[in-house]
Amino acid sequence: MKPLYLRVLLLIGLFVSGSSLAAIDTYEFADDETRLRFHQLNGELRCPKCQNQSLGDSNSPIATDLRREVFRLLKEGKTDRQIKDFLVARYGEYILYRPELSSHTLMLWLAPLLLLLIGVVVVLVLIMRRRSLVQSTTLNVAEQENLKTLLDGSGTSTEVESNKRD
Amino acid sequence: MKRVYLFVPLVIFIVLAVLLGRGLMLDPNNMPSALINQSVPEFNLPSLASEERMLTRSDVVGEVSLINVWGTWCPSCMHEHPYLMELTRQIPIIGVNYKDARADAKQWLVKLGNPYVLNVFDEMGTLGIDLGVFGAPETYVIDRQGTVRYKHVGVVNEQVWLERLKPVVDRLRGEG
Repeated sequence: MKPLYLRVLLLIGLFVSGSSLAAIDTYEFADDETRLRFHQLNGELRCPKCQNQSLGDSNSPIATDLRREVFRLLKEGKTDRQIKDFLVARYGEYILYRPELSSHTLMLWLAPLLLLLIGVVVVLVLIMRRRSLVQSTTLNVAEQENLKTLLDGSGTSTEVESNKRD
Repeated sequence: MKRVYLFVPLVIFIVLAVLLGRGLMLDPNNMPSALINQSVPEFNLPSLASEERMLTRSDVVGEVSLINVWGTWCPSCMHEHPYLMELTRQIPIIGVNYKDARADAKQWLVKLGNPYVLNVFDEMGTLGIDLGVFGAPETYVIDRQGTVRYKHVGVVNEQVWLERLKPVVDRLRGEG
């Protein structure tokens, strides 16, 4: 016979665990791989109601329903591809956080690459220009001669200085 | 240095401002429905009025009509309800009572009036998922063959009916 306080504690424990389980949905997975896939899918699918949250992130009733649906499909042995297709058929491509590469999402996928290319070109052009600037500051023989005559002359030294700085 | 280049940041700023400004004007609820021109999904669910009476797709298809997704938990549905009472004289409205308690929903219809020809009781939201519902109220226009032709997310009022739903309904009725 266990002491009374142990039994009371056990009773309290039952209630506590029950209520905390009710707050989060609990799913029993066949194996760890399925659990991982479930969480990955929830992270990649968007909640249709609260558009800046993923399914896994959102507490809204529709997200709860869709998580349950994802779980059901996983249990039926559907592949990630099939599960995504199932949801796209109902909610549109919009539900995918990582949209498929197609004609109307081409720009979305290529834009970062395009911008990167533009950036690289701009940087290259700037480097080239600076390099040619550096080269032009070293004077050739003719220019040095010219400089000398200018320096030997009167009142033009400041002008030469400022030219050089450019 | 060419002076023109000095305007590049300004041009970039203006282009971004126009694009982002347009983005702000868009209604985030206005998502293209994946179900447009698709058949109303098959279902097998009880009617709201009676647990024993099972309804299927064939019960709701046959006429140009509206499918209205509602619930007593949804404040906008309360707001929409009086106009549905008027609208029901012009077009059959099929209700999908979405994720609701049966007693509450029945009481709502007794108290406020029943604009629906019949009500599908979708307690778990399974038909809702097949329809691509993400919030109530949502209203679908279906044709005689049971194809979804239009979807409106949000409250149906006189303006929505006249400007968006009625043109579609008139066209479908004209198709004979």
